[in-house]
Amino acid sequence: MDALLSLMDGFGSALSPMNMLWVLVGCLLGTAVGVLPGLGSSMAVALLLPMTFALDPTGAFIMFAGVYFGGLFGDSTMAILMNTPGQGSAIASTFEGHKMAKSGRAPQALATAAIGAFTGGMISSILVVFLAPALASLSAVFGPAEYFALALFAFVATSSVVSDSVLKGLASLVLGLAIAVVGIDSVTGTERFTSGVPELFDGISLVTVTVAVLALGEVFRVASRLRRDPEAMVMVSSGRPFLSGREFREAIPAWLRGAGIGLPFGVVPVGGSEVPTFMAYGLERRLDKRSGRNKFGKGAIRGLAAPEAAGNATTGTAMASLLALGLPVSATAAIMLAAFQQYGLQPGPLLFDRAPDLVWGLLASFFIAMVVLLILNLPFAPLWAKLLLIPKPYLYAGITVFCALGIYATSNNIFDLGMLLGIGIVGFMMRRFDIPLAPLMIGMVLGPLAESSLRDALLSSNGDYSILVSSWITAILYVVLAGVVFLSLYGKLAQRRKERGTAMTDVDS
Amino acid sequence: MKTSSGVRRTVLAVYAIITAVVVVAAMTVSVKKATAAPDITANLTLIAPAGPGGGWDGFVREQQQAMRSAGLVGNAQVVNIPGAGGTIGLGRFTTMGDRSDTLLATGSAMTGGVLINDSPVGYDDVRPIAKIAEDYDVVIVPADSPVESIDDLLAEWSEDPKGHPWTGGSAGSLDHLVVAELALAGGLDASEITFIPKSGGGEAIQALLNGTADYAATGYNEVSDQIEAGRVRAVGVTGPERIEGTDIPTIIEQGHDVELSNWRGMLATKNVPEEEFQQQLDLLAQMRETPEWQDALERNAWADAWETGDDLDRFLDEDREKTEMLLEELGL
Repeated sequence: MDALLSLMDGFGSALSPMNMLWVLVGCLLGTAVGVLPGLGSSMAVALLLPMTFALDPTGAFIMFAGVYFGGLFGDSTMAILMNTPGQGSAIASTFEGHKMAKSGRAPQALATAAIGAFTGGMISSILVVFLAPALASLSAVFGPAEYFALALFAFVATSSVVSDSVLKGLASLVLGLAIAVVGIDSVTGTERFTSGVPELFDGISLVTVTVAVLALGEVFRVASRLRRDPEAMVMVSSGRPFLSGREFREAIPAWLRGAGIGLPFGVVPVGGSEVPTFMAYGLERRLDKRSGRNKFGKGAIRGLAAPEAAGNATTGTAMASLLALGLPVSATAAIMLAAFQQYGLQPGPLLFDRAPDLVWGLLASFFIAMVVLLILNLPFAPLWAKLLLIPKPYLYAGITVFCALGIYATSNNIFDLGMLLGIGIVGFMMRRFDIPLAPLMIGMVLGPLAESSLRDALLSSNGDYSILVSSWITAILYVVLAGVVFLSLYGKLAQRRKERGTAMTDVDS
Repeated sequence: MKTSSGVRRTVLAVYAIITAVVVVAAMTVSVKKATAAPDITANLTLIAPAGPGGGWDGFVREQQQAMRSAGLVGNAQVVNIPGAGGTIGLGRFTTMGDRSDTLLATGSAMTGGVLINDSPVGYDDVRPIAKIAEDYDVVIVPADSPVESIDDLLAEWSEDPKGHPWTGGSAGSLDHLVVAELALAGGLDASEITFIPKSGGGEAIQALLNGTADYAATGYNEVSDQIEAGRVRAVGVTGPERIEGTDIPTIIEQGHDVELSNWRGMLATKNVPEEEFQQQLDLLAQMRETPEWQDALERNAWADAWETGDDLDRFLDEDREKTEMLLEELGL
């Protein structure tokens, strides 16, 4: 009840005209940078950091929250329309979202994404209001052994994306893992695959790879096909702007499941919202296969709804762990942590007592930002879809410019542009030879998580491997993992036997 | 359609006039600028050799803010060139030529970065202007740990050096060096340390609380609230004196010679003309006096640590020697 009262106070302070303006500015800005490939909310917040000197803390953080959530609403737009995700959290949205757009359902896909982001964000904001302290204790039971189990679990959960062609899928996964290990090893200080180039010491950033492989690779592919088969490039858009009742019913469970997967991830530092989006996508794909609908690969609405909800649900709880624990779980949260420090505020257990106005005003602004973003994004879905009417050469030239601009702005280094181009060509070759891109991205996200958590666990236990199964959380995760692997193997065997059976009868007849 | 073309002509005329005004105005301004004597304060660039949100970024942005609000500079912009412990920023800075309007932030992390990464450039390729501020590490343990002092810690740790993991910043960072110096002070072999690198104070606290690590060394200003809230206990601080407003004893007063500071300062390009170097020095000295900067020191729990000239050179040599020795002990 206390929480509810404080939240009401929070709404009181957040709903002042000035703060409403900051929410709106933040949301618009966040959506804009989210839409542009290569520019993410972390960069927008970084660029706005000097604003902290001019604004009062409440206004500034309300704006930052708008940017953070706006980025997650906006990043799916280009992911869906042009297969070029704005930031890492939208990678999973490209898989089915772009296929929906290709089959002429671009406005519906955008609406699905917007409602998904809204659902995930709302659920997590509500949870944060009532459960912020409990979330804090959840994070304390999660040690490196649990992260490692989680990473393995995520690998298996998302393995279905490699199963179309195992060899190509694994090749892509290994490439992703290989890119992820480049850099100075964090524990021993050994250089790995850097060739002595200082620019590679800190590794290759996920943003560069995302933009290169997904956005630039797509640009190259479009450029290579533009004059050969222009028909293949034409995307028809049905006039119907909103979801039909049937589509809505189909997406609802996926939104909720996605949000459920995303929630706990905001509390544990596993590199932002990419992991849960992949897991949500993997789960939907598995469910789809099991139910025999087999809509995936052809623009399944659930394959888009779930990751969108998961991504935003993570953001909500990520803000909670920033406020209650002082633990930044994503790049954007890390920069916001710096902003708190600019005001002499330290997120953590004391913040709720020391600056209750700020905290509750900020939490209230989450709800306001969600509503503002839904209002901004839903009606604009058909409008955004019109982007596809711009002649391809101009459109993709524009995307290329923004890709390069985004990458250059984060590092101020020409070297990164060369890397962008190089990896972009790899992305193009992968498309050319039909190698799936998803496993590469998954390898890049999960690889470092698995590696660092395994090593941390073993360092902590002084090399004793039993630490990996020593807690009940890990035990449960491994049991479930074994169950899933067993079931899918059994299912495959049964299917093969059945196929062989039908083949036999075919021969007989 | 006569009227329409008439309208178009008017629009074009207006457009032409506006363009002309803008161009002439811009030219006047740039001519004015070009003819003025070299004034580094007109358009100053401060380079943070780290990404936004990091320690150097905050350090540089606070300076920018103090300079601007006190009217010391016409314009000051911050540029981030992150990577490899600041050595990428350092490398780029040394190839910029002698730009007296550009300054680079530096500090302990760069001393370490140059050594760890075998950087081809170092402090010899630039001209240090001033050491400006510093802050200190605290050694913390979980609140339910039996360790109450550095002596307790060393006693427990030396029973099984490998079995008591530490956490803190990245490998070779100041946090890691603190652990190494503490090991030497306690007569332990620094290469036997188990150190789990984390990306910041928040993560280090998590590692302490979920039992991954037994002790942590991290910046006081990153964890001061967690200490106050009683989630972790501070058993020693690495500064020469206690931090103002706290009762955490220094490690020195507990009888162990461990003193390390996370210092921050500014660098100029190597061959900057003497007159302009003096201007840079004056600018930083004035910045240091501003109330905005004093406020920034307090907010960030930084201590004023002004040192220039020969003192600074001596300090840099000592810092490099000590860092080199500790890194060698750690086997990095």
